[in-house]
Amino acid sequence: MGDFEPKIVAFCCHYCAYSAADLAGSMRLQYSDNIRIVEMPCSGKTDQHVLLRAFEEGADGVYVAGCMEGDCHFLKGNFRGKKRVKQLKNILDQIGLGADRVEFYNLSAAMGPRFKEIADEFTERIRNLGPSPLNKSVKSSKGGDVA
Amino acid sequence: MIIAEQKPMETIEEFIKDYKKVLFLGCAGCVTVCLAGGEKETDLLATSLRMKRELEGNPLETVTYTATRQCDPEYVDGIANYVEDVDCVVSLACGVGVQFVAEKYRNKIVFPALNTKFAGGTVEHGVWEERCGLCGDCILHKTGGICPIIRCSKSILNGPCGGSQDGVCEISKDVPCAWHLIVEHMKELGRLDMLMEVQPPKDWSTSRDGGPRKVVREDVKIDE
Repeated sequence: MGDFEPKIVAFCCHYCAYSAADLAGSMRLQYSDNIRIVEMPCSGKTDQHVLLRAFEEGADGVYVAGCMEGDCHFLKGNFRGKKRVKQLKNILDQIGLGADRVEFYNLSAAMGPRFKEIADEFTERIRNLGPSPLNKSVKSSKGGDVA
Repeated sequence: MIIAEQKPMETIEEFIKDYKKVLFLGCAGCVTVCLAGGEKETDLLATSLRMKRELEGNPLETVTYTATRQCDPEYVDGIANYVEDVDCVVSLACGVGVQFVAEKYRNKIVFPALNTKFAGGTVEHGVWEERCGLCGDCILHKTGGICPIIRCSKSILNGPCGGSQDGVCEISKDVPCAWHLIVEHMKELGRLDMLMEVQPPKDWSTSRDGGPRKVVREDVKIDE
């Protein structure tokens, strides 16, 4: 397990975490390179199915980063995202992956150092948990066309 | 609409444990609106079970499709190519949809993924309440648009009863007394006089009497 490098997908809100990542870059902050960032228009766009697919496609951990509570550009999006992540934790427990592999964080666009902190903190958490039990090539089937 | 909620994941997993390829069939009708069996819920359930089975070393192949309505034969006919290709079907429709699919595809077992609860509506996002007892003899015009059959715990027609306290039903502090609501609303309408008429015992023959009910409109029937 010593040389295990987790694959992490970070779903970042355009108005905070994504800008904070930009700031972290401008500040030349070194943070864990295990995260792959997916920009979202708002953490309220969080879709449990998409997060679940990330796991199925090989992610060891997934987190969603939204604005500070009360600062959401769309007023309530981050609360909605947080609730969906909480529900996804239950689903992950039922599946057998474990709730700790998914998390929701709040930060602002001005928090470059906090972005680095979250990336490092979550990477360390997943590193301790070890590889996702699913982490082998999963043959997923194609659904039918939805009319 | 018909309100339903999903069965626990373990229950559905138990249904399909011996099958390798399963069709998860959503419904774009009522169960989409009450967030129990629409396209999103279908994909989420199929993916969750696929992952769970993968972890258990018993891989599951899933096909997902959301029919426009599972309670209409023409839409059920349209899924033949999906059904013939799988070992069994998990239907995320209400009990009506499950039966229509099972009736059409007699060689495939159809499992219900939902528990069908009641006829109701959305009172706030994520909250649905029962509003109709489907008794087959509507009297809402007499009660200010509030159904005493389903919203009164005793289904009484001459209320309120002695269990009504401060507008709340004796069965729970969370249940408003339907007859209190009826009286208040009739007062607002200025039609309290309508409540002075004593209602005779209800004729239940239009409800759960004489087996399954049927509605026939001769004028719209298409004779072959």
